[in-house]
Amino acid sequence: MLSIGLGHYLTLAAIIFTIGIVGIFLNRKNIIVILMSIELILLAVNINLVSFSIFINDLSGQVFTLFILTVAAAEAAIGLAIIVVYYRNSGTIRVEEIDRLKG
Amino acid sequence: MIAHAIVFYIFSLIAIISAIMVTVSKNTVNSVFFLILDFISISCLFIMIGAEFLGMIMLIVYVGAVAVLFLFVVMMLNVAQQKNEWFNSSGSSSHIPVGLLVSIIIFFELIIVIGGWKYKPELLDSIAIEINTDLTNTQSLGSVIYTDYIHLFQLSGMVLLVAMIGAIVLTFRQRSGVKRQSYFKQISRDRKDGIELVDVENNKGVKIDA
Repeated sequence: MLSIGLGHYLTLAAIIFTIGIVGIFLNRKNIIVILMSIELILLAVNINLVSFSIFINDLSGQVFTLFILTVAAAEAAIGLAIIVVYYRNSGTIRVEEIDRLKG
Repeated sequence: MIAHAIVFYIFSLIAIISAIMVTVSKNTVNSVFFLILDFISISCLFIMIGAEFLGMIMLIVYVGAVAVLFLFVVMMLNVAQQKNEWFNSSGSSSHIPVGLLVSIIIFFELIIVIGGWKYKPELLDSIAIEINTDLTNTQSLGSVIYTDYIHLFQLSGMVLLVAMIGAIVLTFRQRSGVKRQSYFKQISRDRKDGIELVDVENNKGVKIDA
């Protein structure tokens, strides 16, 4: 309990990952919160990579975390741009009312 | 050791609570604030276990850029007034039990994997880049990124460039009826387009609207 090992970090990452999944599944109102949940999921993945990298003593995990960080920033920028364009065209970003594809 | 454990539990508790608040918060602006708190506490954890460079980069990239971008979009779109009430949905709410079920299953699968997981004995022999404890974290990362991973590094720069151009192209629009300066028109104007020399006769004046 008092000696923090790899399992503690992995459990923390699992909890945050699950919270992100719950946020995507249960949110029906606001699409920006869904994007934030995706950021939470990527954060959980980063925690996994960094803690493995530290506890196995291998640096490549941190290198890949750096690349994931890059991709996450690009994804957030593009996603928010799409949301802005959609809001400009249709006047709403409520998840329930985005049904133009009839999915 | 005990201090390490206490700090770990404090930061991870803050991270989990703020992650929950991101998804359940009624106001979207509050969600963004809790996202910032989440990133800050996770980067404190990173710094604590010895990945200082990534902790700092996380602060710069997420708190300094991504969260501010989120905040900007939330305030620009005026969705802060739209309440994020996800339990009393107006339509069919059959997605809630299914979503909860799937999430709980995912969580227990992850926990089972973590609990039953052991190091393979060959794992410690197959380390790609061993961490050199004489160098600082930033130095060792830099010595790897610019040599072994240079192609991936350049490629991630290209990803950022494409994302930047894409965001600009998506949100750029030309409004009609807006007066603005056109340098090409301005420079390529000729003298005889603007000025006309007229011989004015005595006592007759000039007709203005020709």
